[in-house]
Amino acid sequence: MHRVSRAKRWGRGTTVLLVAVIVYLAALLLLPLGAMVAQVVRTGFGSLFRELLAPDAVRALELSIILAVIAAIVNGIFGIAAGIVFVRHRFLGRRVLDALSDMPLSVSPVMVGLAFLLIFGRGGWFEPVLQILHFKVTFAFPGLVIATLFVTLPFTLREVSYVLLELGEEEEEAAAILGASPWQIFWRVTLPNIKNALAYGVTLTVARALGEFGAVLILGGAISGKTQTGTTFINVAMEERREAAAYGMALVLAVASVLLLLVLEALKKVEIKEAD
Amino acid sequence: MGIRVDHLTKHFGSFVAVDDVTFDIPTGELVALLGPSGGGKSTILRIIAGLERADDGSVILDDQRVDHLHPRARHVGFVFQHYALFRHMTVFQNIAFGLQVQKMPKERREERVRELLRITGLEGLDERYPDQLSGGQRQRVALARSLAPEPRLLLLDEPFGAVDAKVREELRRWLRRMHEQIHVTSIFVTHDQEEAFAVADRVMIIHRGRLEQEGSPLQVLDEPSNEFVARFVGEVNVFDSVVREGMAEIGPVRVAVKKVESETVVRLVVRCYDIRLWRAERGVATVTRVLSFGDRVKVEATIDGGQSFVANFPRRSNLLTGVEPGCRADVEITHVRAYPVALGD
Amino acid sequence: MKRTFGAAIAAGPMGLGARVGVVLYLLFLVLIPLAAIVERGFAGGVGGIWHAVVSPMAAHALVLTLWTAALMAVVNAVMGTATAWILVRHPFPGSRFLATLVDLPFAIPTLVAGIMLVTLFGPQTALGGWLTVHGVPIVFATPGIILALLFITMPLVVRAVEPVLIELDPAEEEAAATLGAKPWTTFFRVVLPPILPAVASGTIQCFARAVAEFGSVVVVSGNIPGKTLTAPVYIFGEVEGDRPVVAAAVSVVLLLVAVGLLLATRVLQQQFVRRERA
Repeated sequence: MHRVSRAKRWGRGTTVLLVAVIVYLAALLLLPLGAMVAQVVRTGFGSLFRELLAPDAVRALELSIILAVIAAIVNGIFGIAAGIVFVRHRFLGRRVLDALSDMPLSVSPVMVGLAFLLIFGRGGWFEPVLQILHFKVTFAFPGLVIATLFVTLPFTLREVSYVLLELGEEEEEAAAILGASPWQIFWRVTLPNIKNALAYGVTLTVARALGEFGAVLILGGAISGKTQTGTTFINVAMEERREAAAYGMALVLAVASVLLLLVLEALKKVEIKEAD
Repeated sequence: MGIRVDHLTKHFGSFVAVDDVTFDIPTGELVALLGPSGGGKSTILRIIAGLERADDGSVILDDQRVDHLHPRARHVGFVFQHYALFRHMTVFQNIAFGLQVQKMPKERREERVRELLRITGLEGLDERYPDQLSGGQRQRVALARSLAPEPRLLLLDEPFGAVDAKVREELRRWLRRMHEQIHVTSIFVTHDQEEAFAVADRVMIIHRGRLEQEGSPLQVLDEPSNEFVARFVGEVNVFDSVVREGMAEIGPVRVAVKKVESETVVRLVVRCYDIRLWRAERGVATVTRVLSFGDRVKVEATIDGGQSFVANFPRRSNLLTGVEPGCRADVEITHVRAYPVALGD
Repeated sequence: MKRTFGAAIAAGPMGLGARVGVVLYLLFLVLIPLAAIVERGFAGGVGGIWHAVVSPMAAHALVLTLWTAALMAVVNAVMGTATAWILVRHPFPGSRFLATLVDLPFAIPTLVAGIMLVTLFGPQTALGGWLTVHGVPIVFATPGIILALLFITMPLVVRAVEPVLIELDPAEEEAAATLGAKPWTTFFRVVLPPILPAVASGTIQCFARAVAEFGSVVVVSGNIPGKTLTAPVYIFGEVEGDRPVVAAAVSVVLLLVAVGLLLATRVLQQQFVRRERA
């Protein structure tokens, strides 16, 4: 006798799995988001707004944005150059350098802060140079820039590398045979092909830069109006029990993240459409 | 005994993939589902296997309705168009899979796998991985794998679609031989008419989800039941004509037509080997091209009045003497099927 | 210095100059800072590192960091694979929204993530209060750490597994079904083997990320020494307390873990590539 089983498209097992996954995702992702929105509503938009319009809040946000833009540009350019160098060149130590550029993903932000503090702070390797140049890195803007550049290093590089690897060299070869110069090849063949990957990597870079906390806290010191970024502002506000200010800034950063997320999804869709 | 498909119907949205198909296949027969691509043949096959569900109708295997059975409970073997071999398993493991699932003891399992390797001529390849095999070898592994659990029905979905021409011919002959050895009821899907005719005991012509005709290859070839079947099977010429008193005219060429009333507009379907021409002084047609295909010669010509056709000749046919592009020729039609044209066709 | 002819063309204007620039950038931004940590960490020799690591607070912090990250990684491996499976093979109305949601932890600042979790599970909230009373405190306790790590690293496994799942030919699963395999059998024998390297790679990435995590953990855990103080937070404490050598010493340990994991991933990738080519 055969055991009669339902030939539904979804067996019972799959439905259970489906429910489990949905519950898991909802509990882990939606609930915390919802809780924060509820808290924000409870605190009242009015007081949040007021706190956010205060000069130190505005300055903190500005600082975060500036750092994000710098990181996007510098590591964007690095990502393109290094992507090409790692994928199209072959030289001794290439693999080691490639692995090195992956390190920032596994290095704790506090260690980043510590490292640069050691180099640029009192008794550090570069201290004498900085003294001569009257240039301050620690507890100053340059320190924040360096910390942000470190933590956002791999994103654009990885996206661009992946695409370069997938595409191969044929289009560039075809262009060369047709007479194009190296710059022409770059602008008219390579760049358009990595456009999407670049945008995706830059978006990830911006998101990471806005979210950086540990390194900028240690290296910058969260000096209000000078080295206080969005995240360190929240930290200070929480310590000073200024709940409205903390939640307000947290909300702003959360909203920004969601917007960046939507940009990422839109870019993914473009990628899928182009692949067809 | 055998398999019966009863009023099978399947829609994908508003598209009718299978339209009220009914047929019977006795045990041990090798049948081809033949028809143009997208005509619903694969869908029928997948419904029989349980990989799709029909909207209406049922599938009956060995007098048992199987519509609510999951594919794994139907004891049906399925050979996929692109083999679907388990990429990360060796040939041996692929073939053994169905037996392992049945919890066959290890020794018996190995025996059976070795037997199948022998039958399919894959001895020595058992430790290879699919990506180390040629297309023809992969297809044989797919077949061995599906035969291992001794299914009561074997389904093959365009089994030779993904290999090149020479290999395809070999595989066809090999499949026919295998069937004679193993005798499991088999249905295979193809859009290649030659293939269907070379391998199958019976063919079923499927077009736009409907079963147009079924019969032996010769029956379908010589007695096509409608215009579609006539045009689909074999190389044909199609002429537009009007029947007057038992004769149809194609320009100056006249041919006798049975069982059609006078003044009926018809389409004449003439097989390329049922129309002959030879060089003539005045003639009724002009030869436009002569193409040599090794063992055959195809001659393209245009009958005065505009309708052109292709005639097939064996290579050393006497009729070809002096036939060359531009020359005049007389035409004779030896065999014709006439199908009245409905208004709006 | 070899390049294929085509690669030389495809590199365009990025020749020696670009290579030098890239190398220098990595040298100054990554290598030298990491070297500084190692240098300062070894200031007291290997003995110094040992001394710093076995101190009760540091030892507990390291152990806590490693086991919470490991536990979380295992949970993530299972749930991440399940999530990828559902998203790829069984789309349902709303699955696109869920797929977008999965990427949320990548975009959100870790500090904000910590705040969200405290807002949801904090002792003063209804949910948190109820849980604490029933003996499962989340915030200011280990479960909170694990939850935070789970949130932060959730996308890593899903993103690693998804592309490999998409590549898989569904006909292989159909074939298994026609050969009589039940769904679990099909999953374990036909689906899992090809995706295992991706699952492993994603899990390792997520473990590495979790060991390094600071922003969310510092908010959620309460940083109770000997109880909920993780290694990164400990290091932070030592830096703020102007004890850079101790901080560097413990950092060296974390660095070794990170490098070890990186090598493991590379080896895994090599193995994977070799099998594909075989």
